[in-house]
Amino acid sequence: MIRLDKVTKIYPRSGPALREVSLRIAKGEFAFLTGPSGAGKSTILKLVYMDERPTTGNIRVSGYNSRDIKRREIPKLRRRLGIVFQDFRLLEDRTAEANVAFALEVTGAPRSTIPGKVNRVLSQVGLASKGTAYPRELSGGEQQRVAIARALVNDPFVLIADEPTGNLDDRATRGIFQLLREINASGTAVIMATHDLELVRRSDYRTIELNHGELVFDSAEAAKAAVEVE
Amino acid sequence: MTVSFRTAISAFRRSPLLSALSVTTIAFSLFAFGLFGLVALNIRAALQRVEERVEIRAFVADNAAVERMVSLSEEIGGYPEVQTADVITQEQALARARKELGEFKDVFESQFMPQSVDIKLKPGHRDPANVRAVADRVRALEGVEDVRFGEEWITQLYRLRNIAGVAGATLGLAFAVVAMIIIGATIRMAVLARSKEISIMRLVGATNGFIRRPFLIEGFLKGVLGGALALTLTWIAMRVLERYLNFETTFFDGHLAMLGILFGALLGLLGSAVSVGRHLRRV
Repeated sequence: MIRLDKVTKIYPRSGPALREVSLRIAKGEFAFLTGPSGAGKSTILKLVYMDERPTTGNIRVSGYNSRDIKRREIPKLRRRLGIVFQDFRLLEDRTAEANVAFALEVTGAPRSTIPGKVNRVLSQVGLASKGTAYPRELSGGEQQRVAIARALVNDPFVLIADEPTGNLDDRATRGIFQLLREINASGTAVIMATHDLELVRRSDYRTIELNHGELVFDSAEAAKAAVEVE
Repeated sequence: MTVSFRTAISAFRRSPLLSALSVTTIAFSLFAFGLFGLVALNIRAALQRVEERVEIRAFVADNAAVERMVSLSEEIGGYPEVQTADVITQEQALARARKELGEFKDVFESQFMPQSVDIKLKPGHRDPANVRAVADRVRALEGVEDVRFGEEWITQLYRLRNIAGVAGATLGLAFAVVAMIIIGATIRMAVLARSKEISIMRLVGATNGFIRRPFLIEGFLKGVLGGALALTLTWIAMRVLERYLNFETTFFDGHLAMLGILFGALLGLLGSAVSVGRHLRRV
């Protein structure tokens, strides 16, 4: 579903961000992407939603290949992905409902279908009663839930979350993580970049660790190796 | 399309100050352009009025019969370039001279005034070369003693007209370019003010066309509003000038006014297209 083959990314100004990283993420999987700041976590995510292209190597995401995807095909790919950020990226001058509806409007969804879908995802993230609230009237955790609802409303096959709990307190972090687990349980793959090691340790999901742009640990590979040793 | 239209309208509502600023900026740059256009239009109208006085006068021998005069005027009137060819008898020439030179009216007597055929050319045939050609043909006609036209005067008039035309086109172009740059800059501000929205649109899978459309509609509407405002300002300026300088001016007719507003809309549209295009390529 998502496959990186010997991906190297060198930024013209800041130098190499990823070196020969290869990995696969299967359908419906939950994977943590960990490592210190500057390890290359965000770069991998940007490469997955094709905001960046690899310097060498190749990425395949749901039938699209970084080598030959055309600029005008990228919006089509993004409609199949859900993307969430640390800073929520909500439009401050629109209500929660309008923020979620926005993701449907840009895809040209028929207007009559929008309110139903918006209500459904807002209920799914536990914000059914706050649809008419503006972002400034919501807590950090609630704002992130709106962002997640916006990411889910187009039924993505994978949710890409870049430090989604980075701006949240412990309680809100637990709530968001629980929500991501539920989303994963319903069949959507989740890739979550985080440097919250406590969160990673508490769960038994696959963990991919990066350092200085290199893949230094992958729990899936480690498990495979352990089986082979036995 | 309806989504783009609603987005464009709500952009006006969400940032009324910035929108008003853009419209005013567009209006003032078009106003400068409009004032200039009005000056050019009035110079042209004035030149045209002068041009209408371009005349060839063919003097006919004093003893020529009226019938000959009439047949001459008919012959000349048949030339394709000629608008009118009127017979002016001695009496009519006297009356005209008395009218034109009021203080000397007692000095003239009809015997002194030569009879003539006065020729007016059609518009578009009043340039020096044409006037000379017609004059030469008339001079060759039987019974015509002399042909006069203000050759030097016509040449000067046409030189003035050409200078006015070239200067007008150059200045007009410069004004249009300045207007376009200013409009582009204002719309760029609107684009930057919404760069977060644009980045979110891209993340959720909006195509560039979808992102661009509301901005194009917004630019077009701002151009129309700015154009209409500029037209109003120009009209007010003209009225004020008329009152204080006390001369009659010509204002744009309906067609030109529409064309002006359309030009504003086009500038708004182009300014938006360039600004958004540049932004989309950059991010």
